[in-house]
Amino acid sequence: MIPELGHFALILALLLALIQGVLPLIGAQRGNATLMAMARPVAQGQFLFVLCAFLALAWSFLHNDFSVENVAKNSYSELPVIYRLTATWGSHEGSLLLWALILGFWTTAVTLFSKHLPEDMAARVIGVMGLISVGFLSFLLATSNPFLRLIPAAPEGNDLNPLLQDPGMVLHPPMLYMGYVGFSVAFAFAIAALISGRMDAAWSRWSRPWTTVAWLFLTMGIALGSWWAYIELGWGGWWFWDPTENASFMPWLAGTALIHSLAVTEKRGAFKSWTVLLAIIAFSLSLLGTFLVRSGVLSSVHAFATDPGRGIFILGFLAVVIGGSLTLYAWRTSNLSRGGGFAWFSRESLLLANNVLLVAALGSVLLGTLYPLFMDALGAGKISVGPPYFNSVFVPLVAPAIFLLGVGPLARWKQASLPDMVTRMRWALAVSLIVALAVPLMYGDLLWRPVLGLFLAVWVGSSVVMAFLNRGRNARGLDKLRGLPRGFWGMQLAHLGVAVVVVGITVVSNYQSERNVRMEVGDHAELVGYRFVFKGTREVPGPNYTAAQGAFEVTAPSGRVFGITSDKRRYHASGMPMTEAGIDYGVFRDVYVAMGEPLENGAWSVRLFIKPFVGWIWLGAFMLAVGGILAASDRRYRIAMQRGAANAPGGAP
Amino acid sequence: MKLLKRLLPLIIFAVLVGFLFKGLWLNPREVPSPFIGKPAPAFSLPLVGDATRTFSPESMRGKVWLLNVWAPWCVSCRQEHDYLMDLAAQGVPIVGLNWKDKAREAASLLAQKGSPYLAVPDDLPGRVGIDYGVTGTPETFVIDKAGIIRMKHTGPLSPEIWAKKVQPLVQELSR
Repeated sequence: MIPELGHFALILALLLALIQGVLPLIGAQRGNATLMAMARPVAQGQFLFVLCAFLALAWSFLHNDFSVENVAKNSYSELPVIYRLTATWGSHEGSLLLWALILGFWTTAVTLFSKHLPEDMAARVIGVMGLISVGFLSFLLATSNPFLRLIPAAPEGNDLNPLLQDPGMVLHPPMLYMGYVGFSVAFAFAIAALISGRMDAAWSRWSRPWTTVAWLFLTMGIALGSWWAYIELGWGGWWFWDPTENASFMPWLAGTALIHSLAVTEKRGAFKSWTVLLAIIAFSLSLLGTFLVRSGVLSSVHAFATDPGRGIFILGFLAVVIGGSLTLYAWRTSNLSRGGGFAWFSRESLLLANNVLLVAALGSVLLGTLYPLFMDALGAGKISVGPPYFNSVFVPLVAPAIFLLGVGPLARWKQASLPDMVTRMRWALAVSLIVALAVPLMYGDLLWRPVLGLFLAVWVGSSVVMAFLNRGRNARGLDKLRGLPRGFWGMQLAHLGVAVVVVGITVVSNYQSERNVRMEVGDHAELVGYRFVFKGTREVPGPNYTAAQGAFEVTAPSGRVFGITSDKRRYHASGMPMTEAGIDYGVFRDVYVAMGEPLENGAWSVRLFIKPFVGWIWLGAFMLAVGGILAASDRRYRIAMQRGAANAPGGAP
Repeated sequence: MKLLKRLLPLIIFAVLVGFLFKGLWLNPREVPSPFIGKPAPAFSLPLVGDATRTFSPESMRGKVWLLNVWAPWCVSCRQEHDYLMDLAAQGVPIVGLNWKDKAREAASLLAQKGSPYLAVPDDLPGRVGIDYGVTGTPETFVIDKAGIIRMKHTGPLSPEIWAKKVQPLVQELSR
C-alpha cells in the first residue's frame, strides 16, 4: 500500500509541477498578481508530495519490501539500516527521485528566501524551476517508476552494489545532487532575467549566494567521491578521469567560473551576457552529466542499468531545456548594455582571463570525455581517452589560472598598475621560487611538475597573506581584522584551499612510494623507512559480508609502532569481492595497505603505499567549501533579505 | 557576425546533441576482440566434478560450438544460466569455462540448478581466460568447425541477442 501511495504522490507532484511551471510565468508576463502569487504555495506543495514519494520509497527499503522491484534489486535483508536508507538512491530510479526531491528542496528554499525579490522575478524563477521539475517527474513516471511491484515478491534481494556500501557513499550522492540541482537556481535566475530583460547588479546579487551554496555542495560531493575511491578501490588513487567523475567536475569548473563572473557583474556591471551564458552552461552540464551517467552512452565504473528508451527521453529533455535557453540567450542578449569599461590590466581583465582559462579547461575535459563517442559515432573506431590526455591538456590550462588567482585579488578594479603590482609581489615571487626549487632538490630530482605545483601553491598562499596584510595596514591591528566582511574571509579561505589542494596533488603524485609484495605470515617488507610485518589474516563476519582481515604491524622511521588492518570482503548476496584499504591517516603522510589476492600457503599479495600529503587534497576541498559558506553568509545578502522582507506585503510571519 | 557569436553556443550544442543521439545506439562496452578469425587458443584443463578427466578445444573439431566463460560468483551468469539451459535443450553444444572459481562452488551450483554444459573445464588460476582475452564474465565465444573463433559476445546471452546476433552466424557456420 505504501509504495502505491508513493506512486500516487508522485503523480500529484507532477500535476502541481505543471501548474507551477505554467501559471506563474503567464502571470509574470501579463502582470497578473493572482497567478504570480500561486508560485510559492504550489511549489511548496509540489515539494511536499515528492517528499511523500521519497519517504514511501525509503520506507519500502527500510522494511525490506521485496515485492517492490527496485527494493528487490538493490537491497538485502542483512543490509545494515544505514545502507538500506542509502539504497533508496542507489538505483537509477531512486537516484532520479532524489534529484526531483532536491529540486523541490531548492525551489522551496527559493520560495522562502525570495521575499525581497520583485514579485514577477520570483514568479519567473519558481516557474522555470517548475518546468524543470515537470521534465524530471515525467521522466520518472514514464520510464523509471521506482514503485513497480514484483509479483510474486522476491524471497530475498540482490543486495546493494557492494561498491556503494561505504560511509563515503552515504553522503556523496546527496551532496553531489545538491550541487548539480543547486545550479538550477542560478539557471532559473538567468532565464528569468533573459525573459524580463532586467540583467542588472541586483540580479547578480540575488544569484550569487545561491550559486555559491550550490558550488560548495558540489565541491563537497566531488571530494567525498574521490575520498571514497581512495579507500574503496584499493589502488590508492583518488581521481581517475572516469567519465562519471568528469561529469561532476565539468559543472564544477563552470560553476567556479560563474561565481567569479557574477562578482564582476555585481561590482562593475560588466560581463553580463557572459555571466548569463555561464549560468546556463553550468546547469546544462549538470543535466548532461545526468544524461551521460543514466543513458549508458559512456562506459564507466558506475554500472547503472542502461536503456536507450530512457536515454532518448533525457536527451529530448536536454534538447528542449538547453536548446530552448540557448535560443533565448541568442535572441535576448542583443539589447544588453555593455556595462563598465576596464583597462587591459585590472581586476576585471584578470578575472576574465581566469574565466577563459577555466572554460578552456572545461572544454578540454568535455572533449576528452566525449572523444571516444565522437570517434565511434563517426565510425573511426573504438578508442579510450585516459589520464595521460587529461594530465597533459588540463594541467597547462589550469596552471596559469592558478597563477592569476594569486594576482587577481590584489589588483584594483577598473585600472591596476602592472609595475606597482610587480613591486608589491616581488617577495611573494621570490619565496615561491625558493620553496619550489628547494623542496624537489631535497627529494633528489629537479622535475618540472613538482616545481610548478609547489610554486603555484606557495604563490597563492603568499597572495592570501598579502591580502590580509593590505587590509590590516589600512585598518590597524587584529581588532579590525574581525571587522572584515565574511565575503573577504570566504574568498581568501577558498583560495588558500586551492593552494592546499595543489600541494596535496603535487606531492602525492610525484613523491608517493609503492610496493606490491607477496607476504606470508610473519614476513616483513620495507618501504621508504617504514617496516611492515604481516601478522596474518582472520575471518571477520560483517553484517552482510565476510572479510578476510589482514593485520599488519608497522614501524615508522621515527620508531613509533602501530597496527593497520585491511579487509578483503566478500559480500554474501552477490559474491562480489571488495577491498577496504587499511589506512593510518596523518597530516604529512598516509600509510596505506590494500589486500590483493590470496595466494597459496596463507600468503597474500599486498599493496603497500606511503602517500605523503594526500590528505591535503580533501582538507583543501573542505576549506573551499567552508570558504563558500562564509561568502554566502556575507552580511550584505542578509541585509538585503531583511530589508526586502520588511518591505514585502505579507512578508514572512 | 554579432548574431553568429550569439548563436554559437546553440550551434555547438546542436552538434553535441546529434552525437549523443547517435551514441545511444552504440555500445561502449563492446570492444572488438583481436581473437576473431584466429584459431582458438589450445588448452587442457581438468573438469569440474571429475578432475581425472580433461577437456581441450581440440576435441570439438568438426562442430560449431560455444565457449561460455562463466563463474559461480558472477550474478549476470546466474541470470544467463536459465537461457543457456534452453539452448542446451535445443541441442546447442556449449562448453562452460569455469573462470577463477576460488570458492569451488561450481560443482554444487550445477548439481543444484542443472548444467547446460557438455563439459566444464576448470580454469582456477584464470590463465586460459587470459589467453582468450577475457575481461569479465559472462563472455561467449562462437568457435567454428575448424577451431577458429568467429564471434565474441560480452555480457549475458538472451533470446533477443541469440536470435539477432548469434544464431544466424551459428546456422551459417553449421552449413
